[in-house]
Amino acid sequence: MQPYDGPLLAATDLARAFGPHRVLRGISLSIDAGETLLVAGPNGAGKTTLLRILAGLMRPGAGEVRVRGRRLSHGDPDARRPIGLVSHQSLLYDDRTHAENLAFAARLYGLAKPAAAARDALALAGLADRGGATPRQLSRGLLQRAAIARALLHQPAVLLLDEPFTGLDARAAAQFRDLLRERAALGRALVIVTHQLAEAWELASRVAVLAGGRFALELPRAGALDDFLPRYAGACGG
Amino acid sequence: MTPSFASARAAVRRGRIVTAAALAGMAVVYLLALRYTPVEAHQGLAQKIFYLHVPAAWTALLIFSLMGIVSVIFLWLHDERLDLFAEASAEVGLMFSAIMLTTGPIWAKPIWGTWWQWDPRLTLTLFLFFLYVGYLALRSSIHDPLERGRFSAVVAILGMLLVPFIHLSVYLFRTLHPKPVVLKPSAPSLPPEMLRTLLVAFGVCLALYLGLVMMRYGAGVAERLRDAGGEAGEVPDAA
Amino acid sequence: MGRALRLALAIAGKDLRAELRSRTAFLSAVVFAALVLVIVNFARDPTALPALALAPSALWITFAFGAVVALNRAFAVEREHAALDGLLLAPVPREALYLGKLLANLAFVGTVEAVALPLFVLFFDVPLGHALGGLLMVTALATVGFVAVGTIFSAMAVRTRFAELLLPVLLLPFMVPPIIGAAGLTSRLLDGRPWSEMHGMLRLLVLYDIVFVTLSTLLFPAVMDE
Repeated sequence: MQPYDGPLLAATDLARAFGPHRVLRGISLSIDAGETLLVAGPNGAGKTTLLRILAGLMRPGAGEVRVRGRRLSHGDPDARRPIGLVSHQSLLYDDRTHAENLAFAARLYGLAKPAAAARDALALAGLADRGGATPRQLSRGLLQRAAIARALLHQPAVLLLDEPFTGLDARAAAQFRDLLRERAALGRALVIVTHQLAEAWELASRVAVLAGGRFALELPRAGALDDFLPRYAGACGG
Repeated sequence: MTPSFASARAAVRRGRIVTAAALAGMAVVYLLALRYTPVEAHQGLAQKIFYLHVPAAWTALLIFSLMGIVSVIFLWLHDERLDLFAEASAEVGLMFSAIMLTTGPIWAKPIWGTWWQWDPRLTLTLFLFFLYVGYLALRSSIHDPLERGRFSAVVAILGMLLVPFIHLSVYLFRTLHPKPVVLKPSAPSLPPEMLRTLLVAFGVCLALYLGLVMMRYGAGVAERLRDAGGEAGEVPDAA
Repeated sequence: MGRALRLALAIAGKDLRAELRSRTAFLSAVVFAALVLVIVNFARDPTALPALALAPSALWITFAFGAVVALNRAFAVEREHAALDGLLLAPVPREALYLGKLLANLAFVGTVEAVALPLFVLFFDVPLGHALGGLLMVTALATVGFVAVGTIFSAMAVRTRFAELLLPVLLLPFMVPPIIGAAGLTSRLLDGRPWSEMHGMLRLLVLYDIVFVTLSTLLFPAVMDE
């Protein structure tokens, strides 16, 4: 991959409406290598919509997204190569095993050794012994790990995570936090979207509060979560 | 020009005037058809329905082609006004195709001796009707306006190219199963009175299309603005 | 181009392997096609119309409805766990995705047709003989055309309410030209008519395939972008 020293992920003036509902009204952000942005907000604040636009899955009504300086558009498939997404759903096929699912995904990314890449990613997510199982056979928490494995498969420079700790037990969540910290240390850019601040607070280098379709608050993370909570409540209310 | 409630209302108002003028024009067409044009020798008075049927068919076909072209531009520019125009056109087009589907058999019964014939042109009108219905059914089943615009544009473009194929294939179908010779409705040499009346009627149909589309388009713009404004807390003034 | 084709084959291969494993969809489609043949046979007055006279219609009604049923599930598999997002997220050109889906659908519909054809010969007592080669070619030409359009429509319909109802309403008008051509050719082939009588309809099928495969490929990205 070509070296690049601008922000890994940059968005300007993103807006999106669903019919009468204006979900996002002008959001800009910029994330450098090694940074983790925590986007918090109440249910229905537009967090998932924002993440889908950042991932290139949804076209913004206005504004643009650049990944490693390259604008996302359907005509430029390679622009989305550096993106990894952990969404609400696993993006896996029910009737294929995890090993097959991930090997297929690896083929989509043009990885040289799909089977080996799938094995590595499963091991990274703590599913080394579950490659032969299908998504149907896994519990909610293990399925979330499979989704994580799929997202990390191609070693994305930009990692987008939508409520990534859902379904994970305390130990798995702690392991996953370590994994994400490693990614940031490796110079990746992370966006974590959640309404449960406590789970991701320690990971964040910056915090943004999404309310009413805008960033009501955006600041570097400093100090304890308890000190931030009153301001968070104020931003959500306002 | 950004759409506003004022411009939407103006479009509706202008549309009403054009529609009223077109309806008056339609009355003139009836008079012309009954008083001015000669009675056709073989078909008698039944032929007069053609001053409505043929222009309606032309208009329905023209509207569909227009929707196809507008949809191509829409997919390129993503201007939602083009989508609103296509939607308005489809509704008016459905009306015109319904007119030709009802007037066709009414004419065919006395002339062909049967309500329906798989005549290439009549069949084409039936398929235009199906395409309009499919287009509008698709629109009504999608919630997000952006997605609705893109999906229906795809259908309109594919449909525009389907029309010649339907015509060609039905034509080939008929050569496979020859039917008893029927009177062709439009002889190559029409008496000048008939031709003039037909052209006037076509003009009236186009004006009617224009008027109705302006009204529907204006209403569509107002609806979108109301939806968008309602969220932002603006109160639209009553239309 | 090599990369797009490789990706398309990977996507088609994924679909077909899943199909081979479960087999439910395929078996249902085949049984459905057999049932249509049976119903067409019994929806005829045997004293007025010999089975052979209805054979081309029976064949193409079966193929058309079999294809609609098959296409309904083409994008349904991508819905569970939002697997389609996974495809769209990857650096896969939308055209390659369309091509992959088209190839998988062609293989699926083609296999259903391959099973329905002997049943058709059996049920309608069709003396196929010399017509087999021509019939296979006509079937291939017609199937490519309506599956091309059906693939893009099924991608749309799956994202709407009433997907199972909307797909046939949108698709059946587009099936008319290929089916008129294919049914006409089928009856001429069975009658042993000379090739010179078939040029027009063959041209129709080829032209339809060219126009709608090209157009669907070009328009597919507009359907995929949310």
